[in-house]
Amino acid sequence: MKIARGELYTGRLLLVVLMAITIVPFASMFTTALHPSGSVPNGLDWPADARWGNFVDAFNVANMTALLSSSVFIVLATVPVSLVISTMAGFAIGHLRIPGSRLLLLLFVFGLTLPFEGIVTPLYFLARQMGILNTRVAIVLPLIGLFMPFAVFWMRAHFVNMPSEISEAARIDGAGTWDLFWRVHVPLARPPIASLGILMSIWTWNQFLLALVLVEDPTQRTMAGALGAFQGHYATDIPLLSAGSLLILLPTLVVFVLFQRQVVTALLQGSVKG
Amino acid sequence: MLPARGLTEPRIARSDVKVRARWAARTLSAGGSARQAVIGWLFVLPALLIYAAFVLQPLVLTVQYSLYRWDGVAPATWVGLSNYQAVLTDPNLFGTIFNAFRLIVFFSFIPVTLGLVVASVIRRVAAGSLGTFARTVLFLPQVIPLVAAGIVWSWVLSLTGILNQLLRALGLAALTRAWLGDFDTALPAVGVIGTWVLLGLCIVLLLTGMTKIDPALYESARLDGATAVREFIAITVPSLRNEIAVCLTVTVIAALASFDIVYVSTGGGPGLATMVPGLQIYVLAFSARQVGLASALAVVLVVLVLIVILPIQRLGRGSAQ
Repeated sequence: MKIARGELYTGRLLLVVLMAITIVPFASMFTTALHPSGSVPNGLDWPADARWGNFVDAFNVANMTALLSSSVFIVLATVPVSLVISTMAGFAIGHLRIPGSRLLLLLFVFGLTLPFEGIVTPLYFLARQMGILNTRVAIVLPLIGLFMPFAVFWMRAHFVNMPSEISEAARIDGAGTWDLFWRVHVPLARPPIASLGILMSIWTWNQFLLALVLVEDPTQRTMAGALGAFQGHYATDIPLLSAGSLLILLPTLVVFVLFQRQVVTALLQGSVKG
Repeated sequence: MLPARGLTEPRIARSDVKVRARWAARTLSAGGSARQAVIGWLFVLPALLIYAAFVLQPLVLTVQYSLYRWDGVAPATWVGLSNYQAVLTDPNLFGTIFNAFRLIVFFSFIPVTLGLVVASVIRRVAAGSLGTFARTVLFLPQVIPLVAAGIVWSWVLSLTGILNQLLRALGLAALTRAWLGDFDTALPAVGVIGTWVLLGLCIVLLLTGMTKIDPALYESARLDGATAVREFIAITVPSLRNEIAVCLTVTVIAALASFDIVYVSTGGGPGLATMVPGLQIYVLAFSARQVGLASALAVVLVVLVLIVILPIQRLGRGSAQ
């Protein structure tokens, strides 16, 4: 492809400018975090005397160990269960084609566009009634339910394309439906299950509204919920807020850099199918 | 079309195996299809139950609450449709819906348009490592929590933030202000945060779509002497109808149902300048204790999202055929 030199340079300039707009806010946050606690520094300004200790302070003030274990607990309680039950449902709707499959699919698909705000108020009263308000279970159970439309839709899309010969061969060997599912189809469905797992982990980690409404104590929330609370408490101490926010962001950034390709692929497929 | 002779035999053989397998499967599964159906439904049941309990039930309850006046504690009073009347006539409530639509410009139109341009730029001038690197960097805002994006940008747009610092350096000190605190600029400023978050997603999605476009189309266009702009309008955009529809769907929902960014960066202020339905529902239900009114607004939001999304979906599907 022949491309004029002018286009080459303006095009690359555009990319560099956009990358700068993406990165500079984080850089600004980083330099701010190094200023004395309680001061109001300029946006991008390397301090004369960098206070690396701010990160230690923020780690203690934000109670990072508790936050991390809380978020990990919520992810571990939400994602595996969601994976198992949505894979089972996707298998029955997409592959076994049980009577009523179309109606079931329609029912789940209906939930795809539902904004969380549409149901968060009754969820609060339901959780209160069940006595789980202010516990992590109050985040986990609704989140599993809210993941179902997408997760079932996603797994069904995989199973609907599996040739029925595979199942028929297994049936001849005397496999029951559960064996067929667990020994034959789940191993074959590993790639879509893995992508779904990555997606739901990120969505759980980043879930804010449910955490805000259903759990008051930040140390019992998801990472995003804790971050919201941290901002509420330390909005006036900008260096400390910046240090804390960066610490809270760190796990997500590390995971993204390590599993970059998988995360991008999963998110892309996710939005295409959704 | 008649299959070539060599191909017919294995096909017959395969379908023969299929028939035999079906027959075997049927005879092996004692009890027949009724039992199979029950087992199949047992597979769906866990997902269905938790979906019904924590999504469908609350949705029905939202509709029910919307017909009452209730503070969440005392007994509720039936008020019929008057909560809906309030949502559709009270400028403070209706204004939130208007704000959500204004956010669509920043959350959807700019990311999709700019995304198309940037994706073609990457395809044309940065096919190598610069393009891969740019893709990764621009995708970053999509991975962090929206709350974090809100916090980062609250600082960027604040009085001493980097935007004002830049303006002063350029000799434009007269323009500096607290961007999120000014009645004129607060909503666009919130919108810019949305653009920042969603641009990367659109770029990467559109780039993926571009790899599927037949290069021969571009070659023949070039032989006809088409310019880059002409190519973009005549080939790139129409070929990406599907991907554009996906981008629009995701970003329009993000705009109409926005909550996290607004909650963190402005709290709906100054005044109600950036108040959106999602945040208003939260404020009404949990601060103002007007659960009925909050629920009516929630129902309106749910319906609104459906009404806006369905035509976009049709646009995407139309191109698939």
